[in-house]
Amino acid sequence: MQLNHQVVIVGGGLAGLRAAIAAHDSGVSDVVIISQLPPVRSHSVAAAGGINGSLANHPNSKDDNWEKHMFDTVKGSDFLADQDAAEVMAKEAVPRIIEMEHWGCPFSRNDDGTIAQRPFGGAGYPRTCYASDKTGHALLHTMYQQTRKRGIKVLQEYVVLELVVRDGRAIGLVALNFLTGELITVKAQAILFATGGAGKIYAHSTNNLLNTGLGIALAYHAGVPIKDMEFIQFHPTGLWGTNILMTEGCRGEGGYLVNNLGERFMVKYAPKAMELGPRDIVARSIQTEINEGRGFNQGGPGGGYVHLDLRHLGEAKIDERLPEVREICLNFAGLDPVTTPIPVQPSQHYTMGGIDCNVNGETKVTGFYAAGECACVSVHGANRLGGNSLLDTIVFGKLAGDRMAAFVAGGSGPANADAALAEALTNIKHQITALQNGAGTEDGPSLRVELQQTMFHHIGVFRDETLMTDGLAKVRRLRERYKQVKVRHTGKVYNMDLLQQLELKGMIDVAEAIAAGALARKESRGSHARRDFTERDDVNFLRHTIASYTPAGVKLDYSPVAITRFQPEARKY
Amino acid sequence: MENFKLKVFRYDPETDAEPRYEEFTVTYREGMTVLEALLSVLEKQDSSLAFRYSCREAICGSCAMYISGAYVLACRVQVKDALEGDTVTVSPLPHMKVVKDLVVDMSKFWENYERVKPWIINDGPAPERERRQSPADRAKYNKEIDCILCGGCFAACPSGANNEEYLGAHALVWANRFFVDSRDTAKKERLELTATEYGVFRCHTVFNCVEACPKHINQTEAIQNLKKAAMAYRLGLTKY
Repeated sequence: MQLNHQVVIVGGGLAGLRAAIAAHDSGVSDVVIISQLPPVRSHSVAAAGGINGSLANHPNSKDDNWEKHMFDTVKGSDFLADQDAAEVMAKEAVPRIIEMEHWGCPFSRNDDGTIAQRPFGGAGYPRTCYASDKTGHALLHTMYQQTRKRGIKVLQEYVVLELVVRDGRAIGLVALNFLTGELITVKAQAILFATGGAGKIYAHSTNNLLNTGLGIALAYHAGVPIKDMEFIQFHPTGLWGTNILMTEGCRGEGGYLVNNLGERFMVKYAPKAMELGPRDIVARSIQTEINEGRGFNQGGPGGGYVHLDLRHLGEAKIDERLPEVREICLNFAGLDPVTTPIPVQPSQHYTMGGIDCNVNGETKVTGFYAAGECACVSVHGANRLGGNSLLDTIVFGKLAGDRMAAFVAGGSGPANADAALAEALTNIKHQITALQNGAGTEDGPSLRVELQQTMFHHIGVFRDETLMTDGLAKVRRLRERYKQVKVRHTGKVYNMDLLQQLELKGMIDVAEAIAAGALARKESRGSHARRDFTERDDVNFLRHTIASYTPAGVKLDYSPVAITRFQPEARKY
Repeated sequence: MENFKLKVFRYDPETDAEPRYEEFTVTYREGMTVLEALLSVLEKQDSSLAFRYSCREAICGSCAMYISGAYVLACRVQVKDALEGDTVTVSPLPHMKVVKDLVVDMSKFWENYERVKPWIINDGPAPERERRQSPADRAKYNKEIDCILCGGCFAACPSGANNEEYLGAHALVWANRFFVDSRDTAKKERLELTATEYGVFRCHTVFNCVEACPKHINQTEAIQNLKKAAMAYRLGLTKY
């Protein structure tokens, strides 16, 4: 079967839904969302703490404005963010958040009825709007409701397996109807990927179990460059054991980080900001405490941890502001944060890099757009501030949707698409047959675990030449070993084995781009912390890493960083 | 406990005439969830197994199942809490067609959700800033918005079991969420959509939904609220 649509959005999270609404509201009648999950199940739903915008609603934020938000974002990024893009995001923040309120988003409220805001890491003002500690859930459900109001078509439980590009023009997709096993082609005038991050390339990730970075890999394989992939965010406070996110809102509401000596150790690392330093610095501080013997469970299974102590906040405040944190602790760790400190450890959390695109989602490939965590505009640079990822999705989702509408209004569909799509479909069928006829001397799930462990330990919180060289070599051996993987289940309906092994190929290739980019960047910047190059090097590395796919492996180039208002300075908190 | 038995409902439409249960022996680990047990079977024993999952932290709503006699999220229920003897029994949500194994066809569930117009309706001009809402007004729908649309209540409800036109607790919870929102101006329309034979009056207050809800929502109370409002409106005690 072949479908034919004007605007095709791949991904039903916040960025994808916002783009679909924008395209629809700009007059495109034929918008379709293709989503691996029913949209409300997308990973946006798990975002907790909030969304940044200089609404100046908090008593301590009366003189906040977009420029201060932009500065905090740029400084947080260790000056790798493109400042023109950061400016757009900071300016658009207020209208986009107000729009979500008008669309019914259940934000928490101040006594005067305005949207409540809380302090967050790396921010000069309480700027983070929230809906208790379920902000992503509140925003995603609201956004989905708006797509239902508009009757935008959703193909849910379809997995896109190939982005088809010919002569620098995106022409369509090959997708798998996961419920029936039918492979279809989709011809499109414009395609947006809003497919989320690649967290599951790492062990110890806060991400959902399906965030394998498949969309990033598909774009990469189709010849779209990916940018700054070596910048992987480690969240300071993943729940020890399961690595479920303990929101930064815990510290925003006044929570302490404490080592095994009972010390609030952040005084050594960020004496002014304390627990509300930016994530890269707090994560490294926790890891340093653990590495130097001041954590709990030192050397034990599951790794060391420190305590996130909320007890002094009291039950009433915890129930009002952090109810989900309490619920998760009770259900997944068997402890009550009202009476017991929470064991936490740095956990992979966010993919700062992604598909190389501009503020309008445009990529090197005509007709192909990207937004959200799979994209790299770049506004997060080397370290994203908490509260800026939800904002990224709704700002750049809208701008990309607007631009796609303008693009399809001006032209017709790609020429000669049918033959190319048929060819791509045949290729995918061959790929699947080959996997089903594989030697089976290697086991896909075991390879995935090896990949995740390799990335966490070799391209992790702290890095150096030896570790990373070894890690890159391991990833490349995994790529060879992958050729012996077999898909054992040959049924069509809901074939999870097939999907897992198809995803694994992309995970390995994206991991190679992360590792190679990290190895080549001989400096420390934001989340990329090297023991052998401990300083930031603006002379040689104030530039974006651009990774392109070749059948032989990753090829690295560099592109300049846009600097408009703020010259790089030392980062102190 | 080193091992336990995971007894799983199996049905593959491509090969099976009838459904059956299949037992797997799974290695136990302290703290193991039923979702982890299912993933272990998929990856180590039987790659044909099918089930939905995603967030593994009880917020996405993918993995509602009927496990050892309870409607629960597989990611949240621990093996040790679901054991009956040495066995955990995992079945799909009932009252929906099985697609494969633990995956059911939820299209009616999603359709019914849309039938209540689950979006805010406010015909007034949009102000420049946020529509103000007091913390007390915000608190009126604080529980309803926790709904993750997992389908547990929909499957657990005897009123919906043999009547798929019944909107279901999930849809009615969302209807009430907007009905009580001070920003929503479509009160009358919301009652017209829900105060019907296949809406709130099909709820026979069995409270299965309340028991099934992983987010501790009192759906029956939300439905009763709509019933009360509809009665008051029809008796002329309330005007919209």
